[in-house]
Amino acid sequence: MKRLTIAQILHQYPFTVEFFQQNRLDITGFEQLCFEDYLEQLDERELEEKAIDPKNLPEELNEYIRQMSIFLGLEKNNKVQSLTILPGHDKKAVPENFDELVILPSQIVAIVGPTGSGKSRLLADIEWAAQRDTPTGRSILINNTLPDAKWRYSPNNKLVAQLSQNMNFVIDLSVKEFLRLHAQSRMAENEQKLSAEILAEANKLAGESFSEDTPVTSLSGGQSRALMIADTAILSASPIVLIDEIENAGIDRRKALELLISQDKIVLMATHDPLLALMADRRIVIRNGGIDAVLETTQDEKKLLEKMNRLDCIMQTARRELRAGKTLHPEKIFV
Amino acid sequence: MNLIIFSGPPSSGKTSVILKVIESFQRRKINVGAVKFDCLYTDDDKLYEKAGIPIKKGLSGALCPDHFFASNIEDVVKWGNKKKLDLLITESAGLCNRCSPYLVGVKGVCVIDNLSGINTPKKIGPMLKSADLVAITKGDIVSQAEREVFASRVSAVNPKAVVMHINGLSGQGAYELSTMLYDEKQHLHSVQGMKLRFPMPSAMCSYCLGETRIGQNYQMGNTKKMIWEDGEK
Repeated sequence: MKRLTIAQILHQYPFTVEFFQQNRLDITGFEQLCFEDYLEQLDERELEEKAIDPKNLPEELNEYIRQMSIFLGLEKNNKVQSLTILPGHDKKAVPENFDELVILPSQIVAIVGPTGSGKSRLLADIEWAAQRDTPTGRSILINNTLPDAKWRYSPNNKLVAQLSQNMNFVIDLSVKEFLRLHAQSRMAENEQKLSAEILAEANKLAGESFSEDTPVTSLSGGQSRALMIADTAILSASPIVLIDEIENAGIDRRKALELLISQDKIVLMATHDPLLALMADRRIVIRNGGIDAVLETTQDEKKLLEKMNRLDCIMQTARRELRAGKTLHPEKIFV
Repeated sequence: MNLIIFSGPPSSGKTSVILKVIESFQRRKINVGAVKFDCLYTDDDKLYEKAGIPIKKGLSGALCPDHFFASNIEDVVKWGNKKKLDLLITESAGLCNRCSPYLVGVKGVCVIDNLSGINTPKKIGPMLKSADLVAITKGDIVSQAEREVFASRVSAVNPKAVVMHINGLSGQGAYELSTMLYDEKQHLHSVQGMKLRFPMPSAMCSYCLGETRIGQNYQMGNTKKMIWEDGEK
């Protein structure tokens, strides 16, 4: 690294552009210098002005390159093939009531239990890849072995992506610019193709379609959710997705889940909505900080789900008709 | 005693994160105390009191808060030792985003929030760049994509730091953060002679000394002018 010129570094590790930019280092015109010589020629005044510490920067650049190389390599070869939760205990130190819970990619597991029962804690255990070192005493295995430390400490390798209830876009960009920005932070190679794919999928989920030029902040609630879900499914590096209740308005929730599992995500979903909870093959019941039971969805429940889906369909049709300014007719709605 | 220096922009969620971290220390029977630094006003000390821990607050008032921190940290450490704390946490807001209160050899944590916008990592100086740990808050109200972009920018500015997502309301992640903070083997008796990780700007101009009048004639010392092209003004 030491002997490489900035031009060579940029050529070999294109992602270092981000490092120079974020550190406010203007390297234009200095590409033929090596990084240390570049820092050397900055005068004292400029260093103080920009609050730059030339001593540590070369080492930080090395570290950045190391991390990003691991991150990029990892995406290609190092897939999560299974997530295993091993039992700990609840708040009163009572052992949890299951042997082991193995979840594979494309599987959906629902999480039920009252507010404050320990759903956040369960999620945090997974996110942190707990090794009996959290208050619940649970352990997490990835691909049936002890998880690599990178899942804990590396900022770019987070195990869990989260879709929570009150998420908003705060950034002021168009859909297109927003997706490009996300793709760039992930060093994705075919930005344009990915953006188009995400937009198409999001539009399949949203009740009303939107274009790539729509500012993300002016999307409706349903459209925002649709875009977030499609983006998380296709562009997020995290192999596990946690969903905290998808609201029923303006989005096809079943398709949303199907999209996530079609991308080989492991889906954990906190919900009390029967239409969603019963779509999962298993559900975790949380009580008093611990996993009280892991229930399989029964055949009867699956049949019930079909009936409830028909009811839901009636409600959705009525909603669509109302939106279109029509008068409701029972014979059109109850088909 | 352990000392941990928390810092971060105003309203980024420092107090909430610290209080959640303190909860996990209390469960481990670790004796924690805190000192809150602020500029003109704070009633966060009441929140710490409610959590049942020894708290002291320091208002910098007419002085630059970072200078105030540097001139008081030694007494703060004396206080902590006298109270027989296992762990002393200081909290201060980086008001102009230029400086940082971290000391060499003492753990420094920067708290920043997703809502502050994705260009924030670039705007903040040594307070973010020289922290050992970065806690990112308010992730539950922005999209996954924004969280990922924000975190990747933080790590571009400070690749060595451990970056964690903390929810200051639910406490998700706070326990994990606490495990990275306390070191049983560290016994800090004094910070005398320790060094700031990054020097503060060498500012000393007539306005530092109380000048209120505007105009070239009243400006002395270390002043700096914007660059204007010919005829631009």
